[in-house]
Amino acid sequence: MNFEWSGVWDAMPTMLDGLLVALAATGIGYVIALVLGLVFAFLRRSDNRWVSMPVGFLVEFIRSTPLLVQLFFFFYVLPLIGISASPLATGAFALGLHYATYTSEVYRSGIDGVPPGQWEAATALNLSTRRTWTNVILPQAIPRVVPALGNYVIAMFKDTPQLLAITVVEMLGGAIAIGSETFRYSEPIAAAGLVYLVVALLMAWVARVVERRYGQVRV
Amino acid sequence: MSSGLMSYVWEGLGNTLLLTVFGALLGLVFAFIAGLGRSSERTWVRGIAMVYTEIFRGFPSLVLLFALIFIVPTFGYQLNPLFAGILALALNIGAYAAEVVRGAVKAVPPGQIEAAIALNFTPWQRLRKVVLPQAVVAMIPPFTNNLIELLKATSLVSLVYISDLTFSAQLIRASTGETALVFFGLLVGYGVIALFFTAIMKLLERMAARSLGRTVPSGLFGRKEVAA
Repeated sequence: MNFEWSGVWDAMPTMLDGLLVALAATGIGYVIALVLGLVFAFLRRSDNRWVSMPVGFLVEFIRSTPLLVQLFFFFYVLPLIGISASPLATGAFALGLHYATYTSEVYRSGIDGVPPGQWEAATALNLSTRRTWTNVILPQAIPRVVPALGNYVIAMFKDTPQLLAITVVEMLGGAIAIGSETFRYSEPIAAAGLVYLVVALLMAWVARVVERRYGQVRV
Repeated sequence: MSSGLMSYVWEGLGNTLLLTVFGALLGLVFAFIAGLGRSSERTWVRGIAMVYTEIFRGFPSLVLLFALIFIVPTFGYQLNPLFAGILALALNIGAYAAEVVRGAVKAVPPGQIEAAIALNFTPWQRLRKVVLPQAVVAMIPPFTNNLIELLKATSLVSLVYISDLTFSAQLIRASTGETALVFFGLLVGYGVIALFFTAIMKLLERMAARSLGRTVPSGLFGRKEVAA
């Protein structure tokens, strides 16, 4: 059996459909990861040990176990407890939860990087806790973490092929679907790989541009 | 659980550990070649090392695994599935770890290298006796992250029907129907293996630091964040 480049091009329309699914999963998952990561970071800083320790344990646990198994877990277990969601929504949620444990660490290092004087000044000015966070700490912490957060978009995008395990047809899933019809797997899989590589490199380039524009702390 | 099902667990555990350990060793080789290659004086060596790290960091490991299993045979080579799994994981993690090697080598103070040159060390002696002993200590904590990422990535091989821990769990789920219990147990299993590997790496870190006359703060949960 030979490798036919024409097969790679024939697979491209399916790849573009799959790309939209992969980007949707990445986008939804990324929003979840950004928000949930901030929640985890807050809770881990809590003065109450009964809050910070279990959250810390949960974050470490999610971070050290495979995304694939978490996908299976949510895909099979959520319906058992009466929550029915589409495979794409389940996948995006699992992806977001998994990466929230990474982004929470990033936020934590960003928050820790704000000089203690800023906290003291906020206290001295009698700012409320909410205003201390929204007007003093976060505007200084978030620019610091933009580069690291950008990298996770790319990492999440590269994890989307795993969603094929829970019946989401993204690019690799589409490639396998073509293969099972034509009995030629190599060309569509090569097409999927090519698109993943190009989009991931493109994202890396965009992340570097964003980093250059917004990566500095403005006072 | 019957002993028949337990045998699935042991087989799966064995293959998961095999994939992790050999993937890590092979990945380490790729990482050192590419990481040291990127600080080479020769442009073409730097170029090859850079292309390797950029391509394999931009490529999902699952796609790489499918490529090795489905595309390579069309060129006339049939890889053993387990070896294909190890190779795909190693190529991927090696590209990430290469960046760690490069960063750690760059972080060795220039005075150390100048001193080695002044003492008329050959480039090989410089690397072997001065640069690496110091750089390796700095590499171990980020390598721990890489190792856990590798352990997590081994679960992907279950999708190409290699009987790792995740694959065994699928078989057990199919035969017992205890879905929630099986997957929760599987998650805990991976968590325990991750703790085990973290403890080993901590030990290695302490040994490497002691050989330089430094000490490392104790504690198991000190894993540091490294950007992906």
